[in-house]
Amino acid sequence: MLIYTLKRLLYVLPVAFGVSVVCFLLVHITPGDPLTAVMPIDASAEQQAAMRAAYGFDKPLPVQYVIWLGKVMIGDLGTSIASGRAVLTEVSRAVSNTLILSAVATAIGFFFGCLFGFVAGYYRGSPVDRLASALSVLGVSVPHYWLGMVLVIIFSVQLNWLPATGAGPGGSADWAWNWDHIRHLILPAITMSVIPMGVIARTIRALVAEILSQEFIQALAAKGMTDRGIFRHVVKNTAPTALAVMGLQLGYLLGGSILIETVFSWPGTGFLLNAAIFQRDLPLLQGTILVLAMFFVLLNLLVDVLQTALDPRIQRS
Amino acid sequence: MNDAAPMIDIRDLTVTFTGGRKPVHAVNGVTLSVQRGEVVALLGESGSGKSVTLRSLLNMHPKHRSRLNGSVIAAGQDVLKLSGRALADYRGRVASMIFQEPLLALDPVYTVGAQIVEAIRRHEKATLAVAQARALALLQKVRIPSPERRLQAFPHEMSGGMRQRAMIALALACNPQILLADEPTTALDATVQIQILLLLRELQRELGLTVILVTHDIGVAVEVADRVAVMYAGRIVETGPVREIIRNPRHPYTQGLLASRAHDAMSGARLDAIPGAPPDLAALPPGCAFAPRCRFSAAACLAEAPGSVAVGPQHSARCLRLAELAAA
Ligand SMILES: Nc1ncnc2c1ncn2[C@@H]1O[C@H](COP(=O)(O)OP(=O)(O)O)[C@@H](O)[C@H]1O
Ligand SMILES: [Mg+2]
Repeated sequence: MLIYTLKRLLYVLPVAFGVSVVCFLLVHITPGDPLTAVMPIDASAEQQAAMRAAYGFDKPLPVQYVIWLGKVMIGDLGTSIASGRAVLTEVSRAVSNTLILSAVATAIGFFFGCLFGFVAGYYRGSPVDRLASALSVLGVSVPHYWLGMVLVIIFSVQLNWLPATGAGPGGSADWAWNWDHIRHLILPAITMSVIPMGVIARTIRALVAEILSQEFIQALAAKGMTDRGIFRHVVKNTAPTALAVMGLQLGYLLGGSILIETVFSWPGTGFLLNAAIFQRDLPLLQGTILVLAMFFVLLNLLVDVLQTALDPRIQRS
Repeated sequence: MNDAAPMIDIRDLTVTFTGGRKPVHAVNGVTLSVQRGEVVALLGESGSGKSVTLRSLLNMHPKHRSRLNGSVIAAGQDVLKLSGRALADYRGRVASMIFQEPLLALDPVYTVGAQIVEAIRRHEKATLAVAQARALALLQKVRIPSPERRLQAFPHEMSGGMRQRAMIALALACNPQILLADEPTTALDATVQIQILLLLRELQRELGLTVILVTHDIGVAVEVADRVAVMYAGRIVETGPVREIIRNPRHPYTQGLLASRAHDAMSGARLDAIPGAPPDLAALPPGCAFAPRCRFSAAACLAEAPGSVAVGPQHSARCLRLAELAAA
């Protein structure tokens, strides 16, 4: 297991290298100069050159990359052009907010996805199954920003129960697990949870149906196991796949929440990316993408290792 | 229950599967009784209803997709009337089952030890430690090498023979009186097959088990059984002591089975000595189900299903032309 984990960790290195190169080049393939946006329009050629030299943009690209990577390694992702704050500070705040939102959404989605999936898988063809299947298809196919707006109209505008935007009194900086903050989380989390719920429900349904058709279920009944005892076996058999899907969904939500975060003005990475793009804040954009990409790589690693640990059939060599 | 009563008494059992478009008549009036400590082999081609008969002994058929008639009494319990908790208590404790392919019949994500321990603790108030000790003793009993290590093994980590031994250990975990074995050696290599059969026979004698063993291989039946019941299209067409069946088969179908076995031995390949195919169980003919394939069939055979006729002590067959064939 340890050897497998180390090996798997080794595979991550080239991927991480690739990601860092792409992120680095991002700044250089965009039209214009990274500094154009911040330089005074009437700056003279000498001023421009001096500024370029000060930022190191006059050196050859590979050298710039090594210097940049060295800084990244010690946590220096540069300074946001728009806010003047360190990119690392901005990104880590946003990451923690996105993490809160995605984790809660995944948890909600996982819970209801499992519930619908198990019920549908156990009672295939029944009305309950059809309802659960319809809900999960709806979950995958309804545009979530649209769902978000509908929820806002109902619960914020009409009923005035829950706030429509923001992350609560602390703004983007301090999240706390109290009602003042959590009420801001409810609508975006529910909106977001619909995606993993649909995927997880469909996965579990197919999986449960497949497991129930296997002979060992009959054999368990033949040795006198009750339905409840057999259910435990079904759960344990679905666990590796269910957790893997959940992990991938969490990863997907961590990166793919621009629309929902924008609709709800939730100060996470998606919101930050959006802001960085519209303000042409390249250091911020670069830092955010780098952090997100690394996150995804590590999450994949975690899912792989976890699945191997849970499923004895996957070769551990 | 008195000692004279048979351990297993199946009377006029019919099993019809109603899930599909047409009802499938898998078992059509099986009557079979097995004495305590007796080993009976159910022999027949694939699809003849052997497994369905065997599963009836654990009341394993899907409730809403099957119809069962007749009665099944095992160890004094009316099996077809059991349900819920009582049925679960009966299964594994009074009668337990060995499956054809242990790789499919064992849960892939539980260790072998955990699965045996689970069975013990399901039926008895044993502490974990006690149950684990019992599981270890069971693996020793079925002669699995380094049993301590095997308790921690997952089914896929064992060889086919070891898995079947583990399956036997699991089936014997709660000291059942009745052991039902559905083609327990079909999935195994020839050399391993014989070891497993010897083990089964030995355990049967030692524990005084009553056994019904399903097989399509008459060689397997000869190896372990006291008595053979030959099945065709959901009926027992001939039954008698093993030697009697081998030496003096009376039903044309049994004769065909024995002949195909001889062919097998000679050519090493599977030759179909009985021409034709088994009947469609959704549309059984009114007469003898074997008649369309039978060399000796006469007009009368197509008209009515033959009753069981005694042809010797404990030996009986269902064929209208028994007397004529014997004379020929
Ligand atoms: N659960 C079921 N639903 C419908 N048909 C079944 C079911 N189980 C068995 N059958 C049918 O019953 C017939 C006899 O099957 P079986 O007893 O398994 O034969 P075998 O003698 O090879 O063990 C087969 O035609 C099979 O298709
Ligand atoms: Mg069978």
